[in-house]
Amino acid sequence: MTRLRWLVPTLYIVFLMLPIYWLLNMSFKTTNEILGGFSWFPADFTVDSYVEILTDPTWYSGYINSIIYVGLNTVISVSFALPAAYAFSRYRFLGDKHLFFWLLTNRMAPPAVFALPFLQLYSSLGLFDTHIAVALAHCLFNIPLAVWILEGFMSGVPKEIDETAYLDGYSFPRFFTKIFMPLIGSGIGVTAFFCFMFSWVEMLLAKSLTAVDAKPIAAVMTRTASTSGYELGLLAAAGVLTIIPGAIVIYFVRNYIAKGFAMGRV
Amino acid sequence: MQKTLNNKAWFMVLPVLLIVALNAVVPLMTVVNYSVQDTFGNNVFFFEGTRWFSEVMASERFHGALMRQLFFTGTILAIEIPLGVAIALAMPRSGFWASVCLVLMALPLLIPWNVVGAMWNIYALPDIGLLGFGLNWLGIPYDFTQQPVSAWFTVILMDVWHWTSLVVLLAYAGLQSIDDNYYRAAQIDGASRWAVFRYIQLPKMKHVLTIAVLLRFMDSFMIYTEPFVLTGGGPGNTTTVLSIDLVKAALGEFNLGVASAMSIIYFLMTLLVCWLFYTITMQGEQK
Repeated sequence: MTRLRWLVPTLYIVFLMLPIYWLLNMSFKTTNEILGGFSWFPADFTVDSYVEILTDPTWYSGYINSIIYVGLNTVISVSFALPAAYAFSRYRFLGDKHLFFWLLTNRMAPPAVFALPFLQLYSSLGLFDTHIAVALAHCLFNIPLAVWILEGFMSGVPKEIDETAYLDGYSFPRFFTKIFMPLIGSGIGVTAFFCFMFSWVEMLLAKSLTAVDAKPIAAVMTRTASTSGYELGLLAAAGVLTIIPGAIVIYFVRNYIAKGFAMGRV
Repeated sequence: MQKTLNNKAWFMVLPVLLIVALNAVVPLMTVVNYSVQDTFGNNVFFFEGTRWFSEVMASERFHGALMRQLFFTGTILAIEIPLGVAIALAMPRSGFWASVCLVLMALPLLIPWNVVGAMWNIYALPDIGLLGFGLNWLGIPYDFTQQPVSAWFTVILMDVWHWTSLVVLLAYAGLQSIDDNYYRAAQIDGASRWAVFRYIQLPKMKHVLTIAVLLRFMDSFMIYTEPFVLTGGGPGNTTTVLSIDLVKAALGEFNLGVASAMSIIYFLMTLLVCWLFYTITMQGEQK
């Protein structure tokens, strides 16, 4: 039985890869071939769909927009969450437990509930259709998550380190940037990874807060599906391209993912 | 860890508090406002009290969506948790292949949710999709756009595909924290495979598994994009879960009062679960 153990993860990975393979397969076919019938491989191999996406600004600007607001959100979430997580892990203060719970409730707030009020809020602030609006809106669930993960990592660092540093004459900002942040470096990496992930995959809020200038790739894809008929090849190629940034990020953090889950108690 | 009392720590929390309050309190108050008012347009609002709430609570439509939601959440939990644990147990504990497994398994988690929906749509198309064509070829009548059973099967399979990896990663992280000495001791005692699982691995995974169950519960409870892109809540309204119904009422029919009352009931339900979650996690930590 133990000899066949490798079969379980292998079968699971095959199950995971099949839909992705199908998407790749479709993305290299012409529209005629796709609608023509079932086939395992593209008979008439073409990269036209990719060429069209990478040369048409209405397409590739969607990717740039998505990457801009995801990046902004990651930076905002991590830098705001750092001092807050430190406060939660080191100090007791008036209402700390209630505050922590309240933050977590926002991680559980269904985006569907907030889509319409968000639209009104950011329109009245004059931020509708800007990257910063989406980045700020995604803070709703990413900041609580970032505080939560970072607090877990920080609690793993003994308090004596803080005290020794203060005795050695370090000021708080210097201690925090020179000593403390390098100590929880992998924690910051894991946090950034999760912020990136949840901002990159969320589409409901991103779509409802943008129209033209900051339109995410998802909205561009929906438009293709609805207006210019049923261009499955183009849709598949766009889908494949949205998988790539995630794959790159996973490759870089592969050794931290499991560790981060365990230490950060995500 | 012993924490010192320091109310000045509030200043470190303040930036987070402000930015989350902007995002959470203002929209929530907007929803509360709508939920007790009615309008005939022109921005004129009338106070309606609890009318929308009693209307929603009594409506067949809300009950239906809630039942479908509970069915969906229950089914995916019953599949994903045992499957995730089984896969984590069978994974290599370290080395090159462990890395390969982790990278490949994490992939579905980083695909934008609407792309997941679109991908499964293409995959499940009865005439040209691998899954749909394959099932029909095996003689199983399958068409997720027409048959409710096929639609449910596809939505659930898609969620299993999308999220089981999260359970695997969590369970795997829990297993990694077990010291080798436990296994050696079990071997000396001649413990069976089942005993090792029941008395060593399961207790060590209890904490992460609680997190996995509750995360999956909450995320599946607010699922919207994937089933919306895949089936649009159809055929008919057979796969219309809570979020889809909510967006239909708010943006499709512009029924703001009803949609807001639904939002609040929905939000209170997630809040209740969140409180349970928090209490359980905190208890686990005190031990």
